[in-house]
Amino acid sequence: MTLTRNTAPSRPVHGAEAPKPRAWLYRFDTKRLPYLLIAPFFLFFAVFGLFPIIFNGVVALRTWRLDDPTKDGWAGFANFSKLLTDTDFWNALYNTFGIFVLSTIPQLVLALMIASLLNRRLRGTTFWRIGVLLPYVTPAAASTLLFSVFFARDNGMANWFLSVVGFGQENPIDWRADKWSSWIAIATMVNWKWIGYNALLYLSAMQAIPKDVYEAAAVDGAGPWRQLWQITVPMIQPVVVFTVVLSTIGGLQLFNEPMMFDANPQSASGGSDGQFQTIAQLIYEVGWKNLNLGYAAAMSWALFLIILIIAGLNALLTNRLSGGRR
Amino acid sequence: MTTTKFARAPQETHGNWRTYLTLTVVLLISAFPVYWMFVIASSTEEAVSQTPPSVIPGSQLLTNLHEVFSLQDVYFTASLINSVIVSSVVTASVLFFCSLAGFAFAKLRFRGRNALMVVVILTLTVPNQLGVVALYILMGKLGWNGTLLAVIAPGLVTAFGVFYMRQFIMHSVPDELIESARMDGALTLRVYWSIVLPSIRPALAVLGLLTFVATWNDFQWPLITLQGTEFPTSMVALSDLASGNYVIYRRVLAGAFVATVPLITLLLLGGRQIVRGIMEGAVKS
Repeated sequence: MTLTRNTAPSRPVHGAEAPKPRAWLYRFDTKRLPYLLIAPFFLFFAVFGLFPIIFNGVVALRTWRLDDPTKDGWAGFANFSKLLTDTDFWNALYNTFGIFVLSTIPQLVLALMIASLLNRRLRGTTFWRIGVLLPYVTPAAASTLLFSVFFARDNGMANWFLSVVGFGQENPIDWRADKWSSWIAIATMVNWKWIGYNALLYLSAMQAIPKDVYEAAAVDGAGPWRQLWQITVPMIQPVVVFTVVLSTIGGLQLFNEPMMFDANPQSASGGSDGQFQTIAQLIYEVGWKNLNLGYAAAMSWALFLIILIIAGLNALLTNRLSGGRR
Repeated sequence: MTTTKFARAPQETHGNWRTYLTLTVVLLISAFPVYWMFVIASSTEEAVSQTPPSVIPGSQLLTNLHEVFSLQDVYFTASLINSVIVSSVVTASVLFFCSLAGFAFAKLRFRGRNALMVVVILTLTVPNQLGVVALYILMGKLGWNGTLLAVIAPGLVTAFGVFYMRQFIMHSVPDELIESARMDGALTLRVYWSIVLPSIRPALAVLGLLTFVATWNDFQWPLITLQGTEFPTSMVALSDLASGNYVIYRRVLAGAFVATVPLITLLLLGGRQIVRGIMEGAVKS
């Protein structure tokens, strides 16, 4: 098909006829230009994405204080060994895991159930799908301020609900005061924000399941819920593993909700006694309130390792639980 | 007998009244916090602190808004403008650079293409929030801390954007179209401009909306680099608004509501695209 075009009389194609600069231009266009097109991505990513993460390792090995820049120099592993005995760090780690467990498991189970509802033949499909995304587009910083009112000790709606069903009429719960209650409050916010988003991820995988799978696997009198757990979930297992890894990465870096839930957000202390301070918050506090960047960098690395390990473990675990065929 | 009844695929099962009831409850729970923000933003102090809390909007919206916008040291008006600037610049840049790179990866032949694409996919998994300390030091050296540049620069490109654009261009721009344009002597950039760009408009809308929402909602890094300056983004301004010894909730939530409205508007206008983006992203990941 190219033949007809090449023999078109008006078009100079072969070297002899083509003017020199044009040949140069074509060579540049095919050999060099592709690299120029992808260069901005790699350049920006290298400078603002990759470099900071590597340089973070250098900072972690140094004394690096914002309040006293003259105090610098190699610190060896001092920042890391300090971590091991730092009760604030272990407390933050404990809180992060507590909130993570309380928020991830209900989040994904509810998302699966909502996805299975959205997967039925419905009127107004798009309407429902857009509706469940409302929390996803709402800024966490803004919604958390609303949840602060919801979980207020006096006149809060959560306590009002509880008192209606007969709990805590005399002593309303001070949600921020204890670990268990503040964790539940924060986990509620995280669940609220991410259930709809995960439901859409599941829904898109569910729609790719061929219909005859259900006919072939017709279990005796299997109701819709058994169908969901026994057929659908194993079929969408890769996406389930994906969302578990995604929520692990996000959940272990949780920052916005505990930050804004604090009675005084800018203290970054995670409650009067650090009862709901997460690691991401502690990094912020150590780095920009205590002005100890070297130590904050070491914490970031520790968090990075923890995320890697936990995400890997969770992926393995989910693979087993959701009936993966390996 | 019941076996055949439930052997139908869920996609074939019509939703019954329980399905709709449950979905309605889900929708109300999803919408309630935003609605309640509006209620408190329009209420008096007394209405906020009564038991049970009021769930009907009051008439004080303008008064409360006026208070928020005229607060000193919070720079609320400026913060909204800053958020618009940051989110727009980042979105435009992501669309431009990621569609160029995605085009190159999808349709151009060059040495090392596949290896470089693997690098892009690997960078998808790097949580760059972990580099904030070093990023802050870097911005310090550049003299950008406390300016919008510090917030914009790290967002200029995303690996997800390159990946998403590559997938879309690979599947939706026919090779023959590009070939024939080349035969007519079109250079690569010409092909990008007059063939690729027009046919990827839907993908640009999806990526643009997702990027705008994510950038607007970004909180940690803007807080680190902008806090205490006169150029906060609206999320940083919200944390200023909510800090202090005496927090006035109708005022705080008026601010939160205003900072949420642009995104709700985007969801109403482009919800279809946002839904599509999330669902397609899931399939391709």
